[in-house]
Amino acid sequence: MMDFVLGHYNYWIAIFLMMVGFYTVISRGNLVKKIIGLNIFQVSVFLLYISISTVQGGAAPIITEGVALYSNPLPHVLILTAIVVGVATTALGLALVVRIKEAYGTIEEDEIHEQDHSL
Amino acid sequence: MTHNLILRVIAKFLIPLIIVFALYVQFHGDFGPGGGFQAGVILSAAIILYTLVFGLDAAEQIIPPTILRLFASMGVLLYIGVGVITIFLGGNYLDYSVLGSTQIAGQHLGILLVELGVGISVFSVMLIIFFSFAGRGKT
Amino acid sequence: MIDLVINISLLTFLAITAVAIVRMTNLFAIIMLFGMFSLLTAALFVVMDAVDVAFTEAAVGAGISTVLMITTLALTKDQDEKHPGCHRPWLPLAVVIVTGAALVYGTLDIPAFGDPDAPAQTHVAPYYLEKSIPETGVPNVVTSVLASYRGFDTLGEIVVVFTAGIAVLLLIGGRHSTSKNKKNKREENDA
Repeated sequence: MMDFVLGHYNYWIAIFLMMVGFYTVISRGNLVKKIIGLNIFQVSVFLLYISISTVQGGAAPIITEGVALYSNPLPHVLILTAIVVGVATTALGLALVVRIKEAYGTIEEDEIHEQDHSL
Repeated sequence: MTHNLILRVIAKFLIPLIIVFALYVQFHGDFGPGGGFQAGVILSAAIILYTLVFGLDAAEQIIPPTILRLFASMGVLLYIGVGVITIFLGGNYLDYSVLGSTQIAGQHLGILLVELGVGISVFSVMLIIFFSFAGRGKT
Repeated sequence: MIDLVINISLLTFLAITAVAIVRMTNLFAIIMLFGMFSLLTAALFVVMDAVDVAFTEAAVGAGISTVLMITTLALTKDQDEKHPGCHRPWLPLAVVIVTGAALVYGTLDIPAFGDPDAPAQTHVAPYYLEKSIPETGVPNVVTSVLASYRGFDTLGEIVVVFTAGIAVLLLIGGRHSTSKNKKNKREENDA
């Protein structure tokens, strides 16, 4: 039982972080905070991938003499590129927030809906 | 902030070190942790530190925005170009083995060029983004 | 054993930081906490042997994205969330709990953390680890997979980064605000 919990703790924390990010995105009206929620969601996915790539007692995947066991390099590559793409898309979201502020004078979602008479 | 003496002195001391470290990460990425993505981000962090301490105008004199846009496209084009060259040399797209006399030499050259393209592109895109945000407040 | 202890305590810190981010209303404090969150993630990646990823996360998450968020804050001039509470907090909470429970149910079948015989470890990874030196001569397998074996993938990623840069340039590039913005600002001042 203890082994099971320790063996799945990483995944559960990743899911917890994912849900925290999800909750922030759907329940908060401030656009900057929504983007931070999206970022937390994103980090939780990174965490899940890297947890899967880890091998108990393995070394970092740089081939060295005398080391036989390495962790899996493939998820590292996927996440490495995803982090840089993530910051570029976050910047795009923040740029949209700046334009919304200039157009509506607010970054609160309900005030924007009020001005548009939508919702 | 532009008149803070301690910040200016420390930044002048730190920025060359950050740039050298970024170059180390770029070209030592084959053997240790590192590569184009990290080097590009670290190099842009050095320029961002410079901008924060000395102001946007001074930073844009060092790296004009037009040059940055050129660099961003050149990085991507370098990557695509390496792939096209390998086609002309008789290999598949992005098959670096045909670039050198042996497979290892070809792969080494190909990886170096591709990482360089990634580094240049990431560096310039990060700075383009930062300069856009920083320049927005000024009329 | 010591790895496991560090791992679990860092994960717990990460969860606490995330909850603090949700509960706070001052945006500046939230952004600073988010920088800390990224740094903790980077430390966690080092513990999990992903040095390249940790490197990137430390530079990007704790460096660039924090700076970008603070610049956005300076441009929007809103220091606090105006309506921190939600009108119906129970609906989002219920959605989140149900989704989370379904995901936790899904993890019950996943091989335990660090299992060397997990399917992810036996498929294509041994090929990369064995062939990286004979085929490319590069000891850092992450670099050889990134640039050589999965070159197409990286080409796609770099084009995405480039496109995002162009999009930001189109949205907020150019240092002169348009006359429409000035008009809006004047209206705000009048109001």
